[in-house]
Amino acid sequence: MNASPTNGSLNRRQIAWRAAQDIPDGACVNLGIGMPVLVGNYLPLDREIILHSENGILGMGPAPASGEEDYELINASKGPVTLLDGGSFAHQADSFAMIRGGHIDICVMGAFQVSASGDLANWSTDAPDAIPGVGGAMDLALGARRVFVMTEHTTRGGEPKLVEHCTYPLTGTGVVSSIYSNIAVIDVADDGLVVREKLNGLELDDIQRVTGAPIRLANDWQTLDVPNLA
Amino acid sequence: MIDKRVDSLEQAVAGICDGAVVLTGGFGHAGNPTDLIHALIDQGAKDLTVVNNNAGNAHIGLAALLETGRVRKMICTYPRSTDSEVITNLYRENKIELEIVPQGTLAERLRAAGAGIGGFYTPTTIGTPLADGKETRTIDGRDYVLEYPMPADFALVKAECADRWGNLTYNKAARNFGPLMCMAARVTVVQVRKFVELGSLDPEQVVTPGIFVDRVAEVADPIDERVEIEQQKVAR
Repeated sequence: MNASPTNGSLNRRQIAWRAAQDIPDGACVNLGIGMPVLVGNYLPLDREIILHSENGILGMGPAPASGEEDYELINASKGPVTLLDGGSFAHQADSFAMIRGGHIDICVMGAFQVSASGDLANWSTDAPDAIPGVGGAMDLALGARRVFVMTEHTTRGGEPKLVEHCTYPLTGTGVVSSIYSNIAVIDVADDGLVVREKLNGLELDDIQRVTGAPIRLANDWQTLDVPNLA
Repeated sequence: MIDKRVDSLEQAVAGICDGAVVLTGGFGHAGNPTDLIHALIDQGAKDLTVVNNNAGNAHIGLAALLETGRVRKMICTYPRSTDSEVITNLYRENKIELEIVPQGTLAERLRAAGAGIGGFYTPTTIGTPLADGKETRTIDGRDYVLEYPMPADFALVKAECADRWGNLTYNKAARNFGPLMCMAARVTVVQVRKFVELGSLDPEQVVTPGIFVDRVAEVADPIDERVEIEQQKVAR
């Protein structure tokens, strides 16, 4: 019997938790809009990590208590946040100098597609009726030193999101370092996609069947093990 | 004597002519010069090109201006939001020209316009459809796209405090595009929560020096777009 590779797969919080564990002490990190925002909930407490928000905040803190929202202190998703001790504000040219100038260590982003060479498509599905919008995605994709992608391994229709070549319009070329999916952690290496961690009970072939580009298993691969985060 | 303060929002937006390019500050609900935008709606200028990070929410501020049909072209980075139906409908009905610019490129184009820079090479958009038709150049092995400055006729900006020279401080993340738009426009109009005496702003805290500002209007209790949107939802 072929178990579906998504049986027992990670939920969004667990994917966020797993990505958060790979953010080292001292890193300056930008969390993209959508699912990556969850990463902020799981940053290891023993590490000092500075969060950057593209709208001009360095040292962003968590959401305020109810009733203490200040809507002139918001994140890129336009939700209210706080400022940590040591935090600062910058105008947009300086905020994007931090991004484009290579000062942000890690950016965590969502994706429509990631290619075997680390190309990222996450801003447009090219649907004729959809209004386009890019925001800071292209600056972040190529400006951050490392780009982590958080994504379901396949689309809702079961199509692979990790592909040989992206068919959606690109956000950036060769920019993705690591992919955190609901079944595996995959690094983009010079020779393609390398599975660093996989869910217990999944064979490489199971993952290959839902991946649109060749994958190989890292020599030091491990089991993808996350806490229960309902 | 130098005194950039004006007594009314009407005076603040005087002279914005048909066909003008108008920069409007703000990101999401933070830093929008909503009172100035409504003064511009009342003033009646049309055939405008408007630049903002987004493209308005619900039916207030920038969205209300778009709804008048007086904006020929919208230049922004990210028009979509949960309540951006005005721009979405105008776009689908082909009633507005839309130019999408990456956020960092927009910021730098504004800065270039204000700083007298004729253009710059940025790696952003390389390999993407937004680089189509643009001049590229390889510098030290990396590919870049040529982008041009974005000068404007007017800038409408919201800040926190101003003195009569036009020195400005901002509030938190409401700063966003304000300092850059102040630099980039021929005439910069700012609404502030508070006028303060010349000499009372700590010079180390001034974010926009008054040289980049032409008119300042005090709006002590500015329109809160979020509150207005809630009320509009109830009314509808």
